[in-house]
Parts: sequence; C-alpha cells; structure tokens
Amino acid sequence: MTSIGPVDPTQAAAPLATEAELLAEHDAGQVYEQGSSWRLAWQTFRENYFAVIGVILVIFFVLFSFVGPYLYHSNQLTGSIADANLGPGKGHPLGLDQNGFDELGRIMKGGQTALEIGFAAAALASVIGTLVGAIAGLAGGLVDALLMRIVDVGLAIPTLFIILVLAVRYNGTITAFVLIIGINSWFVPARLVRGEVLSLRTRDFVQASRSMGATQWRLMWRHLIPNALGTVIVNVTFQIADAVLFLSTVGYLGFGLNPPYVDWGDQLSDGVTNLLNGYWWEIYPVGGCLILLVLAFNFIGDGLRDALDVRLRRR
Amino acid sequence: MITYILRRTATAVIVVIGVMLAIFAALHLVYPSPARAVLGLKATPQAVAAFNHTHGYDRPLWHQFLTYINQTVHLNFGESLKQNQSVGQLFKENAGRSALLSGVALVIAVLIAVPLGIAQAVKRNSIFDYTATGVSFFLYSWPIFFVCLVLIAVFSLKLNWLPFEASQATSVFGVVRDAKSMILPVSALVIVSVAAFSRYMRSSALDNLAQDYIKVARAKGLSERSVLFRHLTRNSSLPIITLVGLSLPDLLAGNLIVESVFNYQGLGLLFFTALGNEDYPILLAYTLVGAILVVIGNLVADIALTLADPRIRLI
Repeated sequence: MTSIGPVDPTQAAAPLATEAELLAEHDAGQVYEQGSSWRLAWQTFRENYFAVIGVILVIFFVLFSFVGPYLYHSNQLTGSIADANLGPGKGHPLGLDQNGFDELGRIMKGGQTALEIGFAAAALASVIGTLVGAIAGLAGGLVDALLMRIVDVGLAIPTLFIILVLAVRYNGTITAFVLIIGINSWFVPARLVRGEVLSLRTRDFVQASRSMGATQWRLMWRHLIPNALGTVIVNVTFQIADAVLFLSTVGYLGFGLNPPYVDWGDQLSDGVTNLLNGYWWEIYPVGGCLILLVLAFNFIGDGLRDALDVRLRRR
Repeated sequence: MITYILRRTATAVIVVIGVMLAIFAALHLVYPSPARAVLGLKATPQAVAAFNHTHGYDRPLWHQFLTYINQTVHLNFGESLKQNQSVGQLFKENAGRSALLSGVALVIAVLIAVPLGIAQAVKRNSIFDYTATGVSFFLYSWPIFFVCLVLIAVFSLKLNWLPFEASQATSVFGVVRDAKSMILPVSALVIVSVAAFSRYMRSSALDNLAQDYIKVARAKGLSERSVLFRHLTRNSSLPIITLVGLSLPDLLAGNLIVESVFNYQGLGLLFFTALGNEDYPILLAYTLVGAILVVIGNLVADIALTLADPRIRLI
C-alpha cells in the first residue's frame, strides 16, 4: 500500500453481485452478441435490478422536482404563518412547515437544489480530476510527483471540515456550493484516472499511435481519456451521492443555502425543533426523499461498476 | 523493511507540510487578519494597521507561513477570537471526551463488522447475506445526522428509554459513569461505520474463501470451526487495518455531527460553535489537527499492515 489518502469506501466495497456470480451469468457457455464493449456493459447494467431501480428513482426525482411544481401549485414565496405546522389534510397532502410553507412543494424546491448542486459539483470534480489525473499519468516524473502530492494533501484534509469552513465564509448561493463542493472532491477521480492512464500508456494501441507521431495532447484526448472514461463515470455517480449528502449535512448544521433557495438539510433542521410535538410530516417525507435519492445514485454506481468490470474483461 | 518505513514516513511528513500550506492559504483566503474581529467594526484604519503590525500580519506571506509552521510545531494554534482562551487549551479540554466517543464507537464497529462480514461471506447468497447486504447498503445512504434524528425520535421521544442529550460530565470518567446517555451517540457512529465496514469485510472474506489455503485446511480434515476462526478470520481481518486508517476522515466528520446533534462537549461541538461564531483560528486549527490525524492514521495502518503481512512489503 502506497496510498496515503482515504479512498471512497463505496469504491472499495464489494459490489452487490460478486465476480463469480457475474461470470456464472454471462460466461457460462453463452455466445456473445456482436457489439461494442459499451453495449455489453449496457446489457449487464440493464439486468441489474437495483441499478434499474436507481435509474427509475433518479428520473422520478428529476420529474418530481422540476416538473412537479408546474402540476402541483403551492405558494413558496409567502408562508401562511397562521396555519404554521398544520397537519396533512385537504389541499396540503404533507401539511405545512413551521413557517407555513406547504411541505410537498417545499420538498420539490429542495429537490431542485439537491439535484442541481449534486450534478454540477460532481461534474466539476470529475472534469478537474480527469484532467489532473491524465496529465499526471502521461507526464510522469516531477509533474506526476507534484500533482500526486497535491492529491495526497487534498485527501488528507477531511472534506466536510473544509467545506464547512468555506460555506461559512462564502455562504448562500448555488454557485458557491457547486464550487466549494467541486473543488474539494476532485482528488479521488484524479487518482483513479492517473492509475488508468499509467496502465493504458504502455498498451500497444497507445504505443502505435505514439510511433505514428501523435502528440501528447492527441494521445490524451483521443486515447487515454476516452478509455479511462468508464472509471470516471462510475465515480461520478458516487460523487453526486456524496455532494447531495454534503449539501444536506451543511444545511442541517445551519450553513446551507440562503432563501429563497431551499435545501433538504435545512428543512430537516427546522423540522427537528418540532419533533417533540409529533409533527412527523416535517421530517420523515424530507428525510425519506434524501435517503432515496442518495440510495438511487449508489445503486447506479454499483451497477455501473459491475457492468464496467464485464466490459473490461472483454476488452 | 526499515527503508520502507522511513520512505513512507518521509512522504507523510511532506504531506503534512503540504496540508499546513493548504490550511495557511485557506486561512489567508478566508481570513487575512483578525484585526476587525478583535478591535470591532468601528476601529480606525490606523488602529487596524497598528494591530496588523504588532501581530505580524503585514509581513510578507512566506514570513508569516514560517511563523505559522514554527508555532504549529510548538503546538501553538493561536487564540480563539470569541472564547478568550488559546485554541490549544480548548483542544486539551475537549480532546479526551471526543477520543472516548470515537474510540469506543470504532472498537464496537470493528467488533460487529468483522464477524458480520465473514458470516455473510460464509453463508453467501443466503437470505441472511441478502438481508445484511441490503440493510448495510441502505444505511450507507443515510446521512449521519438523520441516523441520530431517528434514534432520538424512537428511543428518546417515543419509547422514552434513553436520554436525547449526551453526557454533560466534564471529565472522561464522568462520561463513562454516565454510560446510559452515551448509548445513542455511540450507536449512531457505530451504525454508520458498520454499514461501511461490513461490505468491505464481506468481499475480503469472499476473496480469502476462494484461496487454496482454505481448501488445504479443509482437505487435511480441520473442523469447519477451526477453518473459519483460525484461518479465515485472521487472514480476512487484515484489510480492516487499512479500512480503519482510511475511514478516519469519515469518523472525524461523523464525530462532528454526532457531537453537535447530541450536544456532547468535544472537539466536534467546539468546531460547530466556532462555525457559528466565525472563529477561524479554531476552525482551521481543528481542520489541521484532523488532517494530521488522517496522515498519521494512514501511516500507522500501512506500517501495521506490512508488519502483519510480509508479502505487502514493497521494497
């Protein structure tokens, strides 16, 4: 072990289906359909029930959060204080929160920020990580050593701590959170991509391309990054799950998005004050959505990793 | 062996210096001088300049960085802006209680996760295995604050069995005597850690089960009990060493949230209070301490692993 920093435990943990099970399913004398390795990966992915459930859940949450408000109208600009904490009933399926906002509509708004920040922060982290990892792996030598020490430093600093410190200073907007979470989460993808690139650069097709006079730039964009993409895609899904968790945790601790934005963590910390009064509708629906969304991305990530394993074995 | 340890330690030192540089940069970015916080918003520019001069905030950055390193090496983390005490003193008062909470939770989590993971691997694809995998995968998607919240809702508010506040005793012994009030905080940390550990243990045990030495042990007629406890448990427990080292950032983050939810006077609650006060010296000092703990944790884990398994020695 030469690694210093932590690895994402979801990456290291066992996939839901073990290798042997996958082998039994796919290599037991079965003749492969002709097709690209990506198609094979898709086929494996499709057969993984949990991964499919994950995809359905994500599609549901995207529709729920972004299309939902057009179908279910609720006033999220001014709360009716007189009706604060009103239980579920006619016109308000999930009741009202302590400021008199409709809970169901509020959860939709919170879903919007969770998804926007989750996707954008994960995309940012993956782009930075892929570039740094590819450059480090391709350049080698001093550049590699320097970049990897930066990654080691980044992995050593507990992410939640630095995110909280920055969130206190630059609080409030969606952009701020995308940047804060994004620039603190690219270390794992950087290390993963570097590892991929190190093994890819010795491969014949890369050597052939190099001998035909391809520039480093071309090697990176045409051969190394496209081939490392599978690893990046798996990581992106876990990154989204993590970003959603970070946002909700920061929000729960009281340093989340400023109004008029809504985040689920903030909703939960409001709801917890009324836990003693038994206002369950201010907590469990929001918490359930949060867990389901994170679970969905973890399912997809697991399914993608298994699918990718199959693709790699065929390559 | 010695060379490996020395080289590994040298990398760790470099990373710690890098962490200091990163934290110092963050300090400067978010908080160039405490003059305003100390002197108040109405202080004249002359007073601020004089303050900056006396405390060295007008010196060149490299000079300030060297001073920062020098102070940190002497365990001087500066003064808290709001608590009228040195950060070092505050850490000293709170560290014991935090260490107790996290340490007990970590030990219990390992004691549960190792047998659970092995049992899952041995009874692979049984209903027990599916249930355990499903539950740990499900819980893995829970934000830790929500785990705390549900524990409080069920065991404190509904059943009224356990207090919803952690022990308020000042000494570590006082906390130990007040064990009942620590059950929920410790459980929250244990649940989250077991969810992460057991999946890893399961896959490690599965890998080991497929190896020849297990076949040999069975072939020479050892009882299944002996195979499992003497051979399998020992060998598949090795990765837990790495995992504990790697999970330190999560443990620290979990500790922070659990302490603030249960109002337990430790480093995490200190950090949480400092967030609200924008008490940057405490925030950055604890981030630094956390990062150093992570580096040390990984270093110790790597060395322990090489001692336990000579095959891993890299040189």
